[in-house]
Amino acid sequence: MTATVSEEKAGSRGDLPPVPDGAVTVTLKILRFNAEVDSEPRWESFNVPALPTDRVLNLLHYVKWYVDGTLTFRRSCAHGICGSDAMQINGVNRLGCKVLVKDLMSGGGKPTTITVAPIKGLPVHKDLLVDMEPFMEAFKAVKPFLITYGNEPTRERIQSAHDRERFDDTTKCILCACCTTSCPVFWNEGSYFGPAAIVNAHRFIFDSRDEGAEERLDILNDAEGVWRCRTTFNCTDACPRGIQVTKAIQEVKRALLFRR
Amino acid sequence: MTLALDKPRSPRRPAARRSNFELASWLFMRISGIALIVLVLGHLFIMNILDGGVHRINFAFVAGRWSSPFWQLWDLSMLWLAEIHGGNGLRTVINDYARKDTTRFWLKVMLYVSMVLILALGTYVIFTFDATIPAD
Repeated sequence: MTATVSEEKAGSRGDLPPVPDGAVTVTLKILRFNAEVDSEPRWESFNVPALPTDRVLNLLHYVKWYVDGTLTFRRSCAHGICGSDAMQINGVNRLGCKVLVKDLMSGGGKPTTITVAPIKGLPVHKDLLVDMEPFMEAFKAVKPFLITYGNEPTRERIQSAHDRERFDDTTKCILCACCTTSCPVFWNEGSYFGPAAIVNAHRFIFDSRDEGAEERLDILNDAEGVWRCRTTFNCTDACPRGIQVTKAIQEVKRALLFRR
Repeated sequence: MTLALDKPRSPRRPAARRSNFELASWLFMRISGIALIVLVLGHLFIMNILDGGVHRINFAFVAGRWSSPFWQLWDLSMLWLAEIHGGNGLRTVINDYARKDTTRFWLKVMLYVSMVLILALGTYVIFTFDATIPAD
């Protein structure tokens, strides 16, 4: 690390690129935090030329590449598959690579401000980069893998289309943490498993090939399990894959109520 | 394997304890809620709307009602269901909002003590109400 704080900020890719035709300048307001300098997170605004078809991730790239290279955030595939760039955009949890600028424009030619903050409830390391470990720990706690007993079958484990359909919705999860960090119960300093862990438990509990449903249901019957869900539907609203998260949690509750 | 975390959200994540307490309390909230809709709305209707409403309520009116075991049972179940329903709701609110374990503990102590006092006093009044004492 040679960069110092007093040094003039510069992007990681050099000079500003030409502004494309049809671009409008939007204000990108980012909640930044650098543990070496800041005691509290602080808002910083950037004026960024944006095309309506740009994604919020493009604006962040613009800032990082051409304005301030110290801006820190996660992103990998940039196409809504890997789930790395979950962030709070205008106050709601979204993937930066799936939200288009045109959907955030203020109408009537008024200047547009887009706020970006790290997802809530996880410790912030730097800027938009949070510690995902508590999230992953809750995920691991529900045993998100196939559990079977007895002899291995000699051929693949067959499943009917109807049985597959039962848990289809929850197979879509990409572990981006949008749902869990939108949950007010998770924001609290408890150890609520969070929607994402329950979604991934649901994916195996209702899988006809799996035999570990009882273990997982016992784990989720705990004081920090599904009964802490207040059905605020924040998770369902936040899910970039359109998973009916609250419905999945309710289905786990129902399985607990009516299990034999 | 233990994970070295800076701020572990969950210092302890106990293995399944096979306690159905949270399930039972969740179920109780639903069932008591439905019962309270009938009990409370019926109570409000009788007390505030039916012939003359609040203006006819006096000692004699209460004495007359509580001479019947039906209304005693009605008021008793309303008292217990409402108190435990509300207390359990507050318990979850405290669990959600209290940040420190000591805060949580003392808030819950206050809650449980107040619940016991109100339930005991209410039950005592319903069962020992004496209609023969002079009403002035």
